[in-house]
Amino acid sequence: MARRENPEINAGSMADIAFLLLIFFLVTTTMNVDSGISKKLSEKPPIDYVPPIIKEKNIFEVNINRNNELLVEGERMEIKDIKEAAIKFIDNGGGEGKVEDGVATGPCTYCKGAKDPSSSDHPNKAVISVQSDRGTEYGTYIQVQNELLRAYTDLRNRLSLERYDMSYAELEAAYDEDKENESLKKKIEDIKTSYPQIISDAEPTSAN
Amino acid sequence: MSKFRKKKKGMPAVNTASLPDIVFMLLFFFMVTTTMRETELKIDAPRLPSATEVKKLEHKSLVSTIYVGKAKETDKYGTTFNRIQLNDKIATADQVPDFIFNAREKVSEAEIPFMTTSIKADKESNVGTITDIRLKLRDVNALKISYSTQKGADN
Repeated sequence: MARRENPEINAGSMADIAFLLLIFFLVTTTMNVDSGISKKLSEKPPIDYVPPIIKEKNIFEVNINRNNELLVEGERMEIKDIKEAAIKFIDNGGGEGKVEDGVATGPCTYCKGAKDPSSSDHPNKAVISVQSDRGTEYGTYIQVQNELLRAYTDLRNRLSLERYDMSYAELEAAYDEDKENESLKKKIEDIKTSYPQIISDAEPTSAN
Repeated sequence: MSKFRKKKKGMPAVNTASLPDIVFMLLFFFMVTTTMRETELKIDAPRLPSATEVKKLEHKSLVSTIYVGKAKETDKYGTTFNRIQLNDKIATADQVPDFIFNAREKVSEAEIPFMTTSIKADKESNVGTITDIRLKLRDVNALKISYSTQKGADN
């Protein structure tokens, strides 16, 4: 008669399972990465610094009051509409670009705006000035900044698609993976200088 | 007849030889994934605003974080959302330069221009507070800042 032995559970593969789990978790856990809107502050101007005179038409003025209401170029506006307005302003291209190192950039050839002489001359001259009140909520302020950045991103993506058949975001992602690629770097620089982000923070108005 | 004596059938013992492996695995897992918070929050964890145009903060060692929000000890600091926390203390904007100098001592000279200040402020904080911090940062030439946000939905 066949004797039935106590079957023993084979534990030899337990270690394999454990390692499998370990590797699975290693691969899938993403440690929370901090992200945010990055900004470069301007350097502290010297005492005798005279700010350059910028023509009124080249400034896109955004005011946020302490009740978190927006005033854009003298008109009340909702946050969702500010992106379109900013694109319209930046992309206007109604005149000559600025002169850099003695080289004039000439009129904006890639702009698709209305070429309205009373709006901005060239993307590299167009300044967005954000003025907020001291009592403005930070959340609103960030939303506005975000919308303005989105306007630039849209324009850059559009130009990049036209020139290089890939969006600016894709260009940047490709460059991130291949930092040595000079031609990619040049393309990014080209797009960046075509639509430079000029957003200035005006001193906030005080509540009292 | 001992041949036919019924053998006692017990439960087979589970081999526990690999138990240490499992335990070690868990240990490693937690060691790898826990990020230790160096500073204890004295303010309520800021409810970060959300944005879409965000950039990742790289080089953790070069980032110093300033928290802005509502203090936990409301009887001492009030309930405004404008308390600034530097390291593990509630501070004022005037102490920001010292905080930056301290942070700079920890990194090499060459890395100072790459240092970033991350501002983690609550949605309901006031822009005035942020501006005060920003002016102080500009005074000490800490020009790279990042407004910490959640990666928000496209709105």
